[in-house]
Amino acid sequence: MRNRGWFPVGLVAALTVILCFLTLPIVAIFVDTGPLDLLSSLGEDGALEALRLSLTCSAIAVGLIVVVGTPAAYLLATRRFRGRAALVTLIELPLVLPPAVAGIGLLAALGPNGVLGGVVEDAGIELVLTTAGVILALTFVAAPFYLRQAQSAFEALDRTWLEASRTLGATEARTFLRVAIPTAGPGLISGLALAWGRALGEFGATLMFAGSFRGVTQTAPLAIYERFSTDFTGALALSAVLVAVSAALLLSVKLLSGSVWLGGAAR
Amino acid sequence: MLRVEARAQLGAFSLEVALETAPGRCLALAGPSGAGKTSVLRVVAGLVHPEQGRVSCGEELWLDTAAGVDLPPERRRCGYVFQEYALFPHLRAWQNVAYPLRGLARPERRRRALELLERFGVAHLADARPRTLSGGERQRVSVARALARRPAALLLDEPLSALDARTRASAGRALAAVLRETGVPALLVTHDFTEAALLGDRVGVIDGGRVVQEGSAAELAASPASSFVADFTGAVVLTGTARPGTDGLTHVVLDGGGSVSSTDSGDGPVAVSIYPWEISLAPGDALPSGSAQNHLPVEVISVTAVGNRIRVGLAAPQPLSAEITDASVHQLALEPGARAIATWKATATRLVSR
Repeated sequence: MRNRGWFPVGLVAALTVILCFLTLPIVAIFVDTGPLDLLSSLGEDGALEALRLSLTCSAIAVGLIVVVGTPAAYLLATRRFRGRAALVTLIELPLVLPPAVAGIGLLAALGPNGVLGGVVEDAGIELVLTTAGVILALTFVAAPFYLRQAQSAFEALDRTWLEASRTLGATEARTFLRVAIPTAGPGLISGLALAWGRALGEFGATLMFAGSFRGVTQTAPLAIYERFSTDFTGALALSAVLVAVSAALLLSVKLLSGSVWLGGAAR
Repeated sequence: MLRVEARAQLGAFSLEVALETAPGRCLALAGPSGAGKTSVLRVVAGLVHPEQGRVSCGEELWLDTAAGVDLPPERRRCGYVFQEYALFPHLRAWQNVAYPLRGLARPERRRRALELLERFGVAHLADARPRTLSGGERQRVSVARALARRPAALLLDEPLSALDARTRASAGRALAAVLRETGVPALLVTHDFTEAALLGDRVGVIDGGRVVQEGSAAELAASPASSFVADFTGAVVLTGTARPGTDGLTHVVLDGGGSVSSTDSGDGPVAVSIYPWEISLAPGDALPSGSAQNHLPVEVISVTAVGNRIRVGLAAPQPLSAEITDASVHQLALEPGARAIATWKATATRLVSR
């Protein structure tokens, strides 16, 4: 064999270490849980309920994020204005916020004694310790993931596509819908997958803001935590299911983005 | 009639132009990159907003900063052909062309799009995605798309420069025909004077955001207003029909009379280009001598000093120009109306099929 020097060997070693470290816990979950345990834990009270709650709440949160976040990201990507950089930083701040801080922040803002607590109460909306509160917490922590990705997807578009659309008689709104969104599609979908993954795994902010009540606010991660002290095998089994669901979601989103149009954003 | 007046400060660069072009006529703005050519098109299309300006097309007023009129791009009926063609990558060729056709049923939109594609000889590519098309094919789809909206004016940004030399001649020929047929005023920008001469009825040389001289290509070549224009105009372009000769040279019968020879090969309609400094002049009654193959009787139309040299505008009867020294002008007593023989080598004669 030809001597390739130490550097390529080093690269391969680094990747191997990373791969082992990142996949070992995931593999361990499945090794530790037998298929029978898995099935029986699903049959258990609350397990399916927690999973269903996780999926519904995260789906609603991601829906809200996409509907409001897409135009917002488009604005940030296509306009230059004063204070834009500061605004982008503010929006990205929740990315680095510890979940517990996010939970406290949400309570301070929208809790009964919070800044806007009175307004929320007058509107007859209950957020704290409710399913709506879960959705709110998930939206808060997951939104920046989508916004960041969507903004860079729109920034990467060839501006002349947008200009051509205008000269061909399309208004700015129509250009956004018919040209910007389809051409930025793959980037938007990968942002959606990131945000959804983050929302599915959300723990801290949900626990602090919405609590952990079975059937109302107890999402899958919270259910895992509850079992962890009393029923380790049950926690493990539920974890395995959550991993499988998340992986399936990520995979289907990736496949979908591949088939949106077989061009790829980068011409 | 498309009329454009604009004054704009774009970064460190100022643009100040006033121009107009008639229906069925093409004004070609030619200049080096960074001269502000594209900015003029963007002002007309409404993609940039000058501090002061007025753009009108026929009866329609698109921009008048003094009156507070500034229509958005979608309400100005411009067919804009972008430099890299800007085809939508997620749409098929026919969908690109059908994009501006709104309020019609899908079969009708497809029928119209196919009709336009057919006109440009690319109907067989209707279902192809832009990234699978060659440069020449993209150019045709892009022009078809620009015409789909029945524009009141056509704007073309370097329509041929993204093409390879081989495709350029046929694409240029097709484009010239389109410009004649559509009957709307057209504004074309290019960095290539030869392209401007072939496609534009008139040529404006633009430099530093200003049109420094405007006229027919022949006028600009024959009497450039500055040494910049003289350098920029470069080669003289004559049109004619080529036929391979038995002596290894190609013989070109010029439109309007006269014939020249070239070492380039060619057959059929061609553009003949010669640099003015390759052409020498001899008195009208002198017998041709020396190794030069081409001798054309000409009439002197203009004598213009450009720096330390003289541009002599000639009619052969196609317009032609020669660049010679001041001393020669005096020696030959060249003045408008004088007759002379223009002489140059077959090796200095370039042919481009038309």
